[in-house]
Amino acid sequence: MSSVLYDVPGPRARLRNRVLGVVTILVVLALIGLTVWRLYATGQFTAQKWSIFGYTAIWMRILDGLWHTLSAFIVAGVGALILGFILAVGRLSDHAWIRVPVGWIVEILRAIPVLIFMMLMYYGLPTVGIKVTPYVAVVVALIAYNGSVLAEAIRAGVESLPRGQKEAGYAIGLRKNGVMRLILLPQAVRAMMPVIISQLVVALKDTALGFIITYPELLYVIKLLGTQIQYGSPLVPAAIVGGSIYVALCLLLSYVAYRVEKRMRRSPKAPHLDPGDGGDPTTATERIAVRRGLGKFDGRQA
Amino acid sequence: MDEVGHLWWQAIEGTLVLFFAGGVIALVLGFIVGAMRVSPVPIARAVGTVYVNWIRNTPLTLVMFFFAFCIPILLGQRINAIMLATIALGVYTATYIAETIRSGVNTVPVGQAEAARALGLGFGQVMSLVILPQAFRSVVPPMMSVLIALLKNTTVAAGFSVLNLGSVTAYLSEHRTASADNIFQAMVTGENQLLTLLLIAVIFVVLVLLLAWLQRVLERKWKVER
Repeated sequence: MSSVLYDVPGPRARLRNRVLGVVTILVVLALIGLTVWRLYATGQFTAQKWSIFGYTAIWMRILDGLWHTLSAFIVAGVGALILGFILAVGRLSDHAWIRVPVGWIVEILRAIPVLIFMMLMYYGLPTVGIKVTPYVAVVVALIAYNGSVLAEAIRAGVESLPRGQKEAGYAIGLRKNGVMRLILLPQAVRAMMPVIISQLVVALKDTALGFIITYPELLYVIKLLGTQIQYGSPLVPAAIVGGSIYVALCLLLSYVAYRVEKRMRRSPKAPHLDPGDGGDPTTATERIAVRRGLGKFDGRQA
Repeated sequence: MDEVGHLWWQAIEGTLVLFFAGGVIALVLGFIVGAMRVSPVPIARAVGTVYVNWIRNTPLTLVMFFFAFCIPILLGQRINAIMLATIALGVYTATYIAETIRSGVNTVPVGQAEAARALGLGFGQVMSLVILPQAFRSVVPPMMSVLIALLKNTTVAAGFSVLNLGSVTAYLSEHRTASADNIFQAMVTGENQLLTLLLIAVIFVVLVLLLAWLQRVLERKWKVER
C-alpha cells in the first residue's frame, strides 16, 4: 500500500500501529460502555418504554410519518432536478440579461437557510393573505435550495468538459440548443451523477426540518411517540427507532451514489487521479466537487 | 423598541456563538476523525468511516433532537440548551470537516511524499514541510463551504429553544416572554412576521455572500496548479 502520508510500515511502525489500534478499540469500547450504562441506569431498556412499539397502530403512525417524509422528498427531488436544469442552462446562457439575473437568483437561493425559507412560506406569507400548508412550505423550500445547488453542480460539470466537445458539436452543424442538449448536458450529468445523488440525500435529510414547522413527517411522529406519558415518555427509544430509519434510508441512497462513483471510476472515459491514502482514487467528479464546494463535500444542509 | 433592538442583538449573538463555538468543536473533532480516516491503523480508519457515514446520513434536525432531548435524560440533569445545540452542530459538521481534510490530503500527489522521504526527511518533516502546506491550500475553499453551511445550520437550533436569528420572530411576537414550548405557536399570531423573516433572510444572504467572497479571495490567493 502506497500512501501520501506513510511509508510501508517497518517492524517498529507496525508495533506502534498495533498499539494505536488497541487504544482506539479501548476508547470506542469505553464510549459504548458509557452509553449502554447510562441507557441502563436511566431505565431505557425497560419493557414499559419499548412496549409502545408493540402496537400495529403505532407502527401505522410511524409509516404514515415515513410516507410524509418520502412524499415530500420525492416531489422535492424531482422539482429540484427540473429547477436545477433550468437554472444551469440559464447560467450558461450567452445572453448577459439572462445569465446575470439567474446567477443572482442561484446565489440568493443558496444563501438562505432552508429553515428560514420554510418559515417565510409558512409563517410569513399568511401576513399578506397567502396561506400555504406545511407540506407546500417544505417542498417549495427544498426545491428552491436543492435546485440552486444542483444548478451549480450541473454547470460545474459542463464547464469541466473539454472545449473540443462543444466545438465538435458546432462543427457538425448543431445549433447551441443541440450542442447543449445532445452533447454537453448528458456528459455533465454523467460526470456529476455522484454529486447529484448526494444532493438528493441532502434533500431527504432536510425533510426533517419540516418537523419544526409542524409538518407531520417522521421526526414529528418520533417526538409525538416519545412524549406519550402512559408509556413512560420513551423519547430515547423513539429517537433510536426513528434514527435507524433515517440512517437506513440515507445510507441506501448514499450507497447508490457510491456505486455510481465506483462504476465511473472503472470507466476508461473518466480521468483518474492518484489514490492518496491507498484507498480508492480520487475521481474527477470529486475534484470538481471539492473545488466548487459542491454536494457531498460541502455539508450544506439547511 | 429598545427591547426589540436588544432582542435582535441577543439573536445575532446567539447565532455567532453557535457558529464560532460549533466551528471550533467541528474543526478539532473533524481534524481528529480526518486523521483517523487516513491513518495506517485499520481499526482507526474503520471507526472514522463508521462515524462519518452514520452522522452524515442522519438529518441535523435529528442529531439536534437527540442532543436536546435525549442527552439530558441520559445524563439525568438539565443542561444549557445553547451548549447542547453547539455540541450537536460541532458533531454534525465535524464529519464534513473530516471529509474535506481527507480529500485535501488525497490531492497531494504520492510522488511528493516519496520525493521527500527519498531526501531523508522524517515523518514529521514530510508532514509539516511537504504534505500539509499543499493539502492546506486545496482544503481552504471547501472548508469555507463547510463553514458557510454551518452558519446556515445554526438556524436549526431555533427548533430547540435556542435564541438565534432563526427564532427571533417567535420571540418578537411574544415580546420575549415566549417559553420554549409555545415559540412556534406564537409565530402564527405575530404581526409582521413576513418583514422580520425577510430581514433575517437578507442578513443571512449578506453573511453568506461575505463568506463566499472571502472563500473566492483565499482560493485565488492559494490556487495550486496541478
